[in-house]
Amino acid sequence: MNFLDLIWLIPLFPLFGAALMFFIGKKLDPQPLSEVAVAAGVGDAHHPAGAEHGHHAHSPLKKLIDIICPGMVLLSFLFSAAAVYQLRQLPVRAHQVIQFTWVAGLPFHMANGHLATFQADWGFLLDPLSSVMILVVTGIGFLIHVYSTGYMAHDNGYYRFFGYLNLFVFFMLMLVLANNYMLLFVGWEGVGLCSYLLIGFYFHKKSAGDAGKKAFIVNRVGDAGFILGMLLMMSVLGTLRFTDVNAALTSGQFPAETAHFGVLSAIAILMFFGATGKSAQVPLYVWLPDAMEGPTPVSALIHAATMVTAGVYMVARSSALFHLAPGASGIVATVGAFTAILAATIALVQNDIKRVLAYSTVSQLGYMFLALGVGAYWVAIFHLFTHAFFKALLFLCSGSVIHAMGGEQDMRKMGALKNKIPITHWTMWVGSVAIAGIPGLAGFFSKDEILWQAYSSPLGSNLLWIVGIVTAGLTAFYMWRLMNMTFYGKSRVNEETAKHIHESPASMTVPLTLLAAGSVLAGWLGTPKLWNLGAPFHWFETWLRPMFPAAAEVAEGGHAVEWAFMGFSVAVALIGIFVARHFYHDKPEIPDSLETKFKPVHTLLYNKWYVDELYDFLLVNGLCKGGGSALGAFDRNVVDGGVNGAGWLTRFSSKVSIWWDTWIVDGAVRLTGFTVKLLSYPACLLQSGRVQSYAFFVVLGVLAFFGYYIAR
Amino acid sequence: MHPVTTVHYLALSAALLLIGTVGVLTRRNIVVVLMSIELILNAVNLNLVAFSHALANINGQVFAIFVITDAVAEAAVGLGILIALFRNKETVRADEIDLLKW
Repeated sequence: MNFLDLIWLIPLFPLFGAALMFFIGKKLDPQPLSEVAVAAGVGDAHHPAGAEHGHHAHSPLKKLIDIICPGMVLLSFLFSAAAVYQLRQLPVRAHQVIQFTWVAGLPFHMANGHLATFQADWGFLLDPLSSVMILVVTGIGFLIHVYSTGYMAHDNGYYRFFGYLNLFVFFMLMLVLANNYMLLFVGWEGVGLCSYLLIGFYFHKKSAGDAGKKAFIVNRVGDAGFILGMLLMMSVLGTLRFTDVNAALTSGQFPAETAHFGVLSAIAILMFFGATGKSAQVPLYVWLPDAMEGPTPVSALIHAATMVTAGVYMVARSSALFHLAPGASGIVATVGAFTAILAATIALVQNDIKRVLAYSTVSQLGYMFLALGVGAYWVAIFHLFTHAFFKALLFLCSGSVIHAMGGEQDMRKMGALKNKIPITHWTMWVGSVAIAGIPGLAGFFSKDEILWQAYSSPLGSNLLWIVGIVTAGLTAFYMWRLMNMTFYGKSRVNEETAKHIHESPASMTVPLTLLAAGSVLAGWLGTPKLWNLGAPFHWFETWLRPMFPAAAEVAEGGHAVEWAFMGFSVAVALIGIFVARHFYHDKPEIPDSLETKFKPVHTLLYNKWYVDELYDFLLVNGLCKGGGSALGAFDRNVVDGGVNGAGWLTRFSSKVSIWWDTWIVDGAVRLTGFTVKLLSYPACLLQSGRVQSYAFFVVLGVLAFFGYYIAR
Repeated sequence: MHPVTTVHYLALSAALLLIGTVGVLTRRNIVVVLMSIELILNAVNLNLVAFSHALANINGQVFAIFVITDAVAEAAVGLGILIALFRNKETVRADEIDLLKW
């Protein structure tokens, strides 16, 4: 079977699953109204207070949902794996399936005066880049689906949740398999929609609804940039198909804009602005922490492993463009580095277990953009790949902790959970070691490569490296702060909750274990060239490298420097871990004394640098409400003024009209009447009404008549 | 002794007509006005009869009979109107009745 020609089927499986859920899901999992009522007020805490585990009466058909939805994603994964396997055997590793012309627009004149047609295919492109993405999306997506069958078991809207989740996978696969920007944008918007729906899954909670809206609106801001970038690209290049765009950009027709900002830089910056929205970078990262209002598997799948990496994917997909616009790349790197360290500092002091992970995600995405910005595209995708494993793992573990704690997310009320939920602990331990960057686990390889590239790439700089290494230290610290507060030390759990703590069911722990294994192994696909371990261990680089424009190869430094850098970053990570252990395990009073000593700093970090407040002030209140009141004033004064003015004018003209009518028209009529009356007055005098005077005139008449004849 | 000729009759007739006309125009009492109208009619009758005799044509005398009949009818109607008028206006003076205007 030629799976390469069947890649168009890959997104359709989850779409079919979603359609089934939306059409017949309610029949499979009927919910009595009373349960919905009970659910009101229950947030991520899917245990109504006091409800014992597994005591709900479930429809036997509900098992079908467990089979259909993860099954569809598994099917996609199998098809993806088969297609990627066949892709490996092609001489040129790219396979495009164009099914039909989806947008058939009209011809238009490009910026250079040539004619082009505004059109987009319904087509799919499988190449090394998209193959990595579909394997991540379907593979990790499948594990998270399985996990969700356990995690969401007691929630209302089970079928709805899985319908959305499958729909998300469909759109995400459309995004990464599309063969042109416009179809990519369909997936891009679709995942945004699913993200909105899933963040607001507990829609009876106002904060969840607000968070969903915030995510949607902030993403729209970025999307505006993306659309403008697409249109500009269309007008400059005349096409949106990746292969054609790359061919045009690498043809030499467009010189690299090294010294100035030209139209290519403008396209690149607009597209990157779109990416900052989807991938939660400064200045549009504010929605991601709030997105944690959604169920935890959603945070793992959408807001850690896949959707938020769409921006990274898109920039990597536009690598030819960014290669020609070093200025724009510099902006990408700077924004990435800044986001990485900003988010890491905020994560240091957060107490909500999921928020720490959310800021960690923002920070790690910053790393990816840092890598993209310095031209190390494959490294960014590599980090995306490893991050998908360990961050999905961390989120699912936190979900498992929250599950065990009956919905508690505040780490100050945890502690010493290690022996009560051992599987969760050990898998989370693996994830934390991986993200901290300890050699041998996934995070080390990708993060170290990013740091090395940030330093050594022609686009890199010492400053970027310093920001990166500081962020690495902070990352190790806040992750181990989280571990220590959650699993070690003294228990701060209240007794009522403590009674219910239990390890999660197998449907949750098995995905955790698999992801933990992935977090260990994924990195070994891209070991440093320095280690010289042989072809299989450089698979990632050899697979992806040909996709991207070659950055000038790292020349200076040499092995000794690279070893030194590696050792330094490991040392930084270890320091972070030990400081965290010292602070939050050995001497828990230190953080408190530090907090009191550096109160303003703590407050600043705890309140997330007041960015939300700043945005509220500037944009929500300033621009929207200020603009609203300005528009109100405009409405009252100009529009209403116009209306009132028109009214006044009408009244005035009617008064003129009345005056005219009264005096001129009526006057003329009256004057005529009066004149006639005046002239008729003598005649009136003759008409006395007396018979005899009339008879007198008759006689006079007769006499005059006869007199005339006689006198003649 | 002069014979009575047609001219004499005509002169009498003319005198009657004049008296009648002046009576109609000047008297204020409507009864008198009606009587003056009778004078005028009789002036006409006299005229008709005089010419009938002079011309030896009986038509004139027949006509005079018609006029007498007519005068009777006219007097009846006129007095009837007068009575109705008096009931409404309480007057028989012609100058006090001026309804015949616009």
